[in-house]
Amino acid sequence: MTQATVITDDMRAAIGRESDPVTYEVDNTGCRQFARAVGYTNPVFYDETYASTKGHRGIVAPPGFLGHPITIPSQQPRAPGGFGLDIPFKRVLNGGTDIEYFDDVCAGDILTATTKLADLSEREGRVGPMLILSTETVYKNQAGQTVAIMRGTTIRY
Amino acid sequence: MPQLYFEDIKQGQDITTLVENCNSQRLVFWAAGSGDYYQIHYDKDFAQGTGLPERIVHGALKHALLGRMLHEWIGEKGRVKQLACQYRGMDMIDKDVICKGVVTGTKSENGQNLVELDIWTEDPAGNKTTPGSAVVSLPSRS
Repeated sequence: MTQATVITDDMRAAIGRESDPVTYEVDNTGCRQFARAVGYTNPVFYDETYASTKGHRGIVAPPGFLGHPITIPSQQPRAPGGFGLDIPFKRVLNGGTDIEYFDDVCAGDILTATTKLADLSEREGRVGPMLILSTETVYKNQAGQTVAIMRGTTIRY
Repeated sequence: MPQLYFEDIKQGQDITTLVENCNSQRLVFWAAGSGDYYQIHYDKDFAQGTGLPERIVHGALKHALLGRMLHEWIGEKGRVKQLACQYRGMDMIDKDVICKGVVTGTKSENGQNLVELDIWTEDPAGNKTTPGSAVVSLPSRS
């Protein structure tokens, strides 16, 4: 590539670095609120008793829902897609989501997620020069089992 | 909710289409449900201030709608094993998001009956804005 790169040595060094663990709570209200947002009508996403008659441990987390992070205002939230990198672009777009599931997730589960920067690349897009961050987040439940891996793409431009 | 079985699946088969209008209430529901409160999705002035023509549908909402399409097709005993999509084109507020899919293959692996699919969303003009792929597992009749 003859073009100037915005990827510095510091940024390259961050590839593979793992974040601190983040705790996500999967609770009844969270599952219901997510299910309602997506327009589900199946009671397995709303009704604990019905879910148990279908053999579930609790209200089922709909596909895409892996809980809400515990938010504490005095603790600085992670910059979205930033990884503490000095990125010269201000705007953010979600480039894609790939979630692989290894086990069911139900209300009552507490998930622990660690994210690592899997790759950095750059490209000239319709919106100008873009930096593409590929991330990989592993979600483990309270029993220590990996229930899901999310591979995400964040575009900065 | 009817149950789909592995033996019912043929390569090239279309799956049941899901259409959802993404109006402002849907996007606010999603902001609350997902915890994504970025204002480009519900504040018109803010969205236009970043150079967008209008408020846009959250990418992750389209991912979740594709998940709902799969869930409603596979039935109670089916499971979504993998769901991947790329947000190639923007979908604007108040428009229908049309979720579609087609079976690309089947395989049995580790005692699971798996179906591979191409999935995507279309806008009302027929542009594929969110191409992707998925794997679901289904129960067997036997």
